[in-house]
Parts: sequence; structure tokens; C-alpha cells
Amino acid sequence: MKARVHVMLKNGVLDPQGEAVRHALGALGFDKVEGVRQGKVIDLDLAEGATEADVTAMCEKLLANTVIESYSIEMA
Amino acid sequence: MKAAVVVFPGSNCDRDLAVAFEQAGFDVSMVWHKDSALPEGVDIVGVPGGFSYGDYLRCGAIAAQSPICKAVIDHADRGGYAIGVCNGFQILTETGVLPGALLRNAGLKYICRTVNLKVATSESVFTQGYNAGDVIGVPIAHHDGNYFADTETIKALHDQDRVAFTYEENPNGSVADIAGILSENRRVLGMMPHPERAADEGHGGTDGAAVFRALAGMVTAA
Repeated sequence: MKARVHVMLKNGVLDPQGEAVRHALGALGFDKVEGVRQGKVIDLDLAEGATEADVTAMCEKLLANTVIESYSIEMA
Repeated sequence: MKAAVVVFPGSNCDRDLAVAFEQAGFDVSMVWHKDSALPEGVDIVGVPGGFSYGDYLRCGAIAAQSPICKAVIDHADRGGYAIGVCNGFQILTETGVLPGALLRNAGLKYICRTVNLKVATSESVFTQGYNAGDVIGVPIAHHDGNYFADTETIKALHDQDRVAFTYEENPNGSVADIAGILSENRRVLGMMPHPERAADEGHGGTDGAAVFRALAGMVTAA
């Protein structure tokens, strides 16, 4: 079983990498980009029986720093 | 007086920090990241700069989960003294010993140069060797030194006089120009600039030496 965790900087936290990507897209002529936020995707291979609650605990303890980041979990 | 300096895979300022402690009169032991206890009678723990665990996931995130960090957290919880410099500051925020987090520099570049810091408070064992308002030259060397905390935390840091150092010219986007902060009990200091790299004539400046001199004789084991 698999889980996919998306980790993003929280709204209101400056994302200088996303800003740099936005500028670069603008320089390439993509003038309809109004904002870019960059995050991480973490894929987990899990043993049978692992639950979303387990993945939530992983996010809270390690995968995300909840001072600055939010996360979402997709179980598959 | 005993100091312990933690060594992680990827630490690169551990020896500089050890020498700065030694020059201030401490007996220093180096402690490996896999150790689960600090040496008996340690008065202060130094968490050094570097790139612990290759900065994987987030700077300091993996180090914060290491066996020795549990011992460092226990030491701080007991009221023990600790100083985290650069990656050490990042690690102490990841463990929750200090509030906030260090983000990528606003200008996205790694910055390595001496900057001017203002001593924001002299009310701590770390900063009592200065007068509040003193301006000192201390090197920075970081890519992720952009201090961030929510507005309530920043207000609490200011209200409780827990900002230790601020940048005279903000190099990295840190909120409120914050370069270093103190824990609530004022016994843990985290700072991005490197006082241990400005602690000897050979460094080209000794403005950071007062941090270590002031510690000597003031800290006691917890």
C-alpha cells in the first residue's frame, strides 16, 4: 500500500524559490502566471495495515515542520 | 567547567566551537550523534554549524531525531545551558527547544561574509559580556538563515526580551532582523552567525569571543 504526502509552505510564509520560478516563467514569456508556490511530494511504500493516522503521525513528527509547512495525505 | 560539542555526520564547525570553548577555559568533550547520553556533569552543550545529514528533508530535521538530540532536549528541559550556531540553531528549532524555523534566504543565495550584529539584550549568560546596543562583526555562512515565526511568537520574543542579536543590515529576510534568540528560561541561545569564527586573532576579528568568555564560570550543570 502506498501513501503520497504533499508538503507545502503555509500561506503567508514567504516562498523565495516559488518567487524565483515565477520570475523565470515571466522571463520566458509566460505572462499569465500570477503566483508560484513550490513544495515537496513524498511517496511512502507502506506495509499492510498502515493507516492514514500513522502517516499523519509521520507528518507531524518528521515529514513536515508545522511551524512553516502544511501537509496533505493521499492514501492509495 | 565542562562543555560537550555534538558531532553529526556533516557537521563542520564542531572543532571551531570546541576551540572557542577551550580558549574560554572549558574542558570539552565531543559527543557523537549516535550516543544516547551526554557525559556526566556537562555544564553546557554546543550544537555546531554544518550540514548535518546533508540537510536532507529540511536543515536540521534528521539531526533533531538523532539519539543525542533526545539527550540534548532532556538537558534543556532540566534547565541546562546550550548554544546552537547556524545548523545548530536550525536543529534546536526543529527539536522545538527554540521557537520558529529557518527558511531559505530571501535572496536564494548562500551568503558567506562578516556582518554587523546589534546586541539586542545583555540579559543572558551568553550576551552579558556586551552592552545592549553594541555592534559586533561576526561571520555568517548559510543558505537557510531566514528566521521565521508567527506574529504572536515574534511579539512574545520581543516582550520577553528574548531577541539576543539582530542584523544591522538584514542579509537573509529574517523577520524583525532577528539573528539569534533565547529560550524562555534564557539558558539556550540559537543564532545563525558564528561567534566561534570570530573568537581568535587568527580569525581576523574577536568580537564573538565575549560570548564564550562570559559563559565561563557562569554556567552550572543541570
